[in-house]
Amino acid sequence: MATPVMDKAQATATADYITATFRIRRFNPEESDAVIWEDFQITIDPKERVLDALHKIKWDTDGTLTFRRSCAHGICGSDAMRINGRNRLACKTLIKDINPDKPITVEPIKGLTVLKDLVVDMEPFFQAFRDVMPFLVTEGNEPTRERLQSAEDRERFDDTTKCILCAACTSSCPVFWNDGQYFGPAAIVNAHRFIFDSRDEAGEQRLEILNDKDGVWRCRTTFNCTDACPRGIEVTKAIQEVKRALITRRF
Amino acid sequence: MSTDTSGAIDGVTLYDVDNPAPVIEPPRKRTKKTPKGGGTNFEMIAWLFMRLSGIVLVVLVIGHLLIQLVLDGGVSKIGFAFVAGRWASPWWQTWDLVMLWLAMLHGANGLRTVINDYAERDNTRFWLKMLLYTATVFTILLGTLVIFTFDPNIS
Repeated sequence: MATPVMDKAQATATADYITATFRIRRFNPEESDAVIWEDFQITIDPKERVLDALHKIKWDTDGTLTFRRSCAHGICGSDAMRINGRNRLACKTLIKDINPDKPITVEPIKGLTVLKDLVVDMEPFFQAFRDVMPFLVTEGNEPTRERLQSAEDRERFDDTTKCILCAACTSSCPVFWNDGQYFGPAAIVNAHRFIFDSRDEAGEQRLEILNDKDGVWRCRTTFNCTDACPRGIEVTKAIQEVKRALITRRF
Repeated sequence: MSTDTSGAIDGVTLYDVDNPAPVIEPPRKRTKKTPKGGGTNFEMIAWLFMRLSGIVLVVLVIGHLLIQLVLDGGVSKIGFAFVAGRWASPWWQTWDLVMLWLAMLHGANGLRTVINDYAERDNTRFWLKMLLYTATVFTILLGTLVIFTFDPNIS
């Protein structure tokens, strides 16, 4: 096999670069209590992701820009932010897909306390997650082998196992913006994952938790959560299934 | 900035590393102390009621609008005699009574959820709901009274 020629590829590599403006919502409590929009112009390949642009700004232009990211590949769920008015993962959003001709706005997710720049306090979000008991609950003696489950039983809750707890859904929910006491879509999705698991035995208990005044009945079915989910989980459908389970078990 | 509400006065900022600016917290947030489950099914029954009464109201309200505004001469036919003639029949009395109760309760419950969603302070929420409940009870009672005690021979 012939060795590929490199020089042509290198010549075209920088030719695709564009100049894009990133309008980032900045807040630094150690300097001022004011929130400001700051524009950064950078030269970047439009096939790169928004996260790469943020890195470029942080590393080359302004080291004080603060944001969360861990794996940078859409698995850890750290870098959910509001890009051009929609909740997305910065590491899964290509610059070419969000019209780089206009300034691209980047904000922290809404409904949670902004600590600095794009970093928010996730504690209320995780509190709601903990409140639905997101772990397997069983009775009786521990089996000597795996807890087996048919493929159909596994399929029942397959969609809601994909959640990465990035908070894109919960922070896109208008009910959550106005009242953080609401459990929020992410907590309900993670309850759904165990309620419909044939191996779990605390379904009733979780349904009772979500029957609360801040539980599933506060959902207004606006579908913001389904649109926001970077993993493509049908969040609103999962919430409706929990509502149906609550009604059919008692009627 | 012309409308500068930050702590900067004459270029001197009030905030630094040891004295950071206050963060803006959402009005209500979930903590460990958030009460868990009142043990009632009220929210579920309210949710179900909205769905069921909605279906019935579609029939009742569209029928009502057709009879009042479209069929048989439209709105020009409505007068004291028309209302008196309709309420002479128990069928239309029941129709209007059911429509009144369902529409008022449906609307009041809808407004209750709106107040729960949007009122930020506990006090505001409480008084808005009290105002809503008072108006609802008053309208339902007055309407019911009129339907049952309507006298076509009024002088």
